[in-house]
Amino acid sequence: MATAVSPASAGTAQPIAIDGFVKRFGAHAAVDGVSLAVQAGECLGLLGPNGAGKTTLIRGIAGRMTPNAGSIRIFGASAGTPAAHRVLGWVPQELAIYPRLTCRENLNSFGRYQGLSGRELDERAAWCLDWAALADRAGAPAHHLSGGMKRRLNMAAGIIHRPSVVLMDEPTVGVDPQSRIRIFEMIEALREQGTSILYTTHYMEEAERLCSRIAVIDHGRIIAEGTHEELVRSVFGSSTQVVARFSGPADGIAAWVTARGGRVTDGAAHFTIERPAEIAAMLDSATQAGFEPADVLLRRPNLEAVFLQLTGRELRD
Amino acid sequence: MISAIVRTAITGLRRDRAALALSFVLPIAFFSIFAMVFGSEHDTIPRVHLIVVDEDRSSASRDLVRALEREGSLVVSTHSDAKRGQATPADYTAASAEAAVKKGDVPVALIIPAGWGAHPMAFGPGNQEAAKIELLNDQSDAIAPQIVNGMLQKAAMMAMPASMAREGMQYTEKYLGTFTPQQRKRWQSNLAYLDQLQKDRDTEPAAHSASSSGFASGGIIAVETRAVVGEHQNKSLISFYAAAIGVMFLLFTASGSSGSLLDEAESGTLDRVLSSRVTMTTLLAGKLTFNTLLAFAQLVLMFLWGWAVFDLDFFSHIPGFIVMGLCTAFAVAAFGMLLASLCRTRGQLGATSTLLILVMSAMGGSMFPRFMMPQAMQKAGLFTINAWAIDGFTKVFWRDLPLASLWPQVSVLLATGIVLFAFARRVARRWEFS
Repeated sequence: MATAVSPASAGTAQPIAIDGFVKRFGAHAAVDGVSLAVQAGECLGLLGPNGAGKTTLIRGIAGRMTPNAGSIRIFGASAGTPAAHRVLGWVPQELAIYPRLTCRENLNSFGRYQGLSGRELDERAAWCLDWAALADRAGAPAHHLSGGMKRRLNMAAGIIHRPSVVLMDEPTVGVDPQSRIRIFEMIEALREQGTSILYTTHYMEEAERLCSRIAVIDHGRIIAEGTHEELVRSVFGSSTQVVARFSGPADGIAAWVTARGGRVTDGAAHFTIERPAEIAAMLDSATQAGFEPADVLLRRPNLEAVFLQLTGRELRD
Repeated sequence: MISAIVRTAITGLRRDRAALALSFVLPIAFFSIFAMVFGSEHDTIPRVHLIVVDEDRSSASRDLVRALEREGSLVVSTHSDAKRGQATPADYTAASAEAAVKKGDVPVALIIPAGWGAHPMAFGPGNQEAAKIELLNDQSDAIAPQIVNGMLQKAAMMAMPASMAREGMQYTEKYLGTFTPQQRKRWQSNLAYLDQLQKDRDTEPAAHSASSSGFASGGIIAVETRAVVGEHQNKSLISFYAAAIGVMFLLFTASGSSGSLLDEAESGTLDRVLSSRVTMTTLLAGKLTFNTLLAFAQLVLMFLWGWAVFDLDFFSHIPGFIVMGLCTAFAVAAFGMLLASLCRTRGQLGATSTLLILVMSAMGGSMFPRFMMPQAMQKAGLFTINAWAIDGFTKVFWRDLPLASLWPQVSVLLATGIVLFAFARRVARRWEFS
C-alpha cells in the first residue's frame, strides 16, 4: 500500500498551522480568531454544530477563502499557493465529482489536475478505487452510483495525488450506517499510512472513534481543544453524569432540577455529581418534591455533554 | 384554490427575471426588429448602392447619370474614394466596377457603353443592335438589380423627355418622310421646351424624386443583365444559409456548453478543481479551447451536410473554410464563456443567451440577409458576431475571394474573441476567492 509522503522542503513544519484566522461576511464573523494546529500523523476532529464555522475554516485552509485577518500555513506554505495545493487533499462536503464521468474517469481527471500522468496516474487511480471499494464499479458513471458510493468516490478524488494532509468536511453526511462504517475504515486506513487529517463533523461518535484530538468550535471560535479524555476532564473533572426521568408536572420538574444545579434536555434531567452516594440524596429530594423517579442512568460524560456544558446547546441544534 | 395557485405562479414569475425577460422583452425586441425590416411606416426600402460607369459621356448619358443620382433610393458612385495624397479620385471603369461587385462592395454596377447616347431608347425597329446598358449584379442580392432596373426606366421616362422626343422625331423622319420647314420649326420649339424642362429637373432637389413606389419596370432603356458573382453556382445560397444558421446555433451550443462552469460552481467541483494545480485562467482557457473545437466540429458537420445533400461546393474552399470556421468558433466560444461568467445560474444563462442570441441573429443576418435591412440596422448588425462570420463565409464560398481578402473578418472575429475572453476572465474572479 502506498504511503503518504511529506514534502521534502517541509522540514519540521506542521501539516496545518492556523493563526488568528478571521473571516467575516458583512457584520457576521463566521470564523472569529481561530488558532489551531494539526500535527503530523494525527487526525484532528473539528466538532461543532451546523453554522459553527467549520466549513468556512476548511475552505480557508483549502485556499478558497480570503481571510480578513490571520494566516494559514500548510507545511509552511501559505494556503492557496501551488506549494500548499501539492500536499493538501480536500474532500468537500458537496459531491464535487463529474456525474457523467465514470469512477475511473473522475479519478483520472482530478489526478491530471494535480499533475499526475501516465503510469503514476493509473496506479493512483487503481489504488484509490481499491481504497474506496469501488474497483468493481470503476466503469460506472458517477450518477449511477448509490449515495454511499458517491461519497466514497468524492473522498477518493480528494486523495488521488497522495497528499500528506487531508481536509475532510463532513464526509458521512447523508449516508446509511453501513456506508458510514466503510468510510470510517477508509479514514483509518489513511491514518495508518501517516496521513494527517482534519475531520469536521457534528457527530460526536465519529469524532470519538476517528480523532486523536478534538477541537470544539462554536460561533466561529475554538472553545476547547484536546483529547477526548482531556476535554471531559477539563470540563467535568472527576464528575459523573446522572440522567434521570421523573413523572410529574413538567414545569415543577424543571424548576426542581434547576434549583439543584441540573438542566433538562429532551425531558430528561442532567446532573453532574462527584460521588455516587449523591444519587440517593437526589432521589430522596425528588420524592419529597412529589416527583416519582422513572428511569435513572449513571454515565461518564461524553463529548455531547462537554459541548452541552460549554455552550448550553446540543451539538445538533 | 385556483387563485392561490395563480398567485404563487405570479410571485414566482416576478422573482424570475430571466423568465420575465423571455416572456416580455424578447417578443417586443423581435417584433421591433421585424417591423423595422418589413414595416411600411418609414423608409424601410434599403438604399441600393451602385456604381455607374459612363463610357459614353454624351448629353443623354450624363442626363441619365444625373437622374439616377437624384433617386433617393439609390446611392450612386461614379468614382472610388480618394486615396491619401490623391487630389481627384479616379472614375470607375468597367473592369474596376466589375471587381467591386465581385468583391461585394456594391451589389450592382451599371455600364453605359460608348455610343449609347446615339440611340438611348430601346424602342424602334432596328434598334436591337444599338449599344445597351450593362447591369452587373451579385446573385446573392436578388432585390438590388430589380430596384436599379426600375429606377433606370423611371429616370428615362422622367428625366429625359427631350432625348425621347428627339429619338421619336428621327424615327418619324426615317419611316414616314421628312418634316416640312414649318413642322420642323414647331418641333424644334417643343424640343427647346423639353430641353428646358430637362434642365429644370436637373436643378430640382433630389427629395422631389425620392419616391420610388408605384413605378412599373418597363423597357424604354435596353438593359443587359449579367451576374458577375454567383453565376456558376447551381445551388446559389446554400453556403449563405449554412453559415447564417450555423453561427446562430453555434452561439446556442457555446453558451450551453459554457454553462458547465455554472454546474461545477454549484456542485462544488469548481472549488475542488481550483484547489488543485489548475488556475482559473487555465480552467477558462481549457473550456474555451473545448468550446472552440466543438463549434468548429459543428460547422464542419453542417457544411459537409450541405455538400452531401445540397451540392455545396465544400472541398474546393477548404482553406477559407478552416480560417473562417476557426475564427468564428473562437469568437462564439468566447461569447459563451462571457455569458456563463456573467450569469449566476443555469436558468439565468438559458434565458439571457436565448434573448441575446436571437436578437444578434436577427440583426446580424442569420435570419434574413442584411441587405434587406434599413441602413441603420445594417450598421448595428456589424456589432454582432453573426454579421462578420456570414460576411467571411460569403467571401469564401460565394465570391471565391482569396484568403487575404478575409483579413477584416478574421481580425474582427479574433479581436472580439480575445476581448470577450479577457472580460470573462475578469468576471470569473468572483469564483476565485470569497
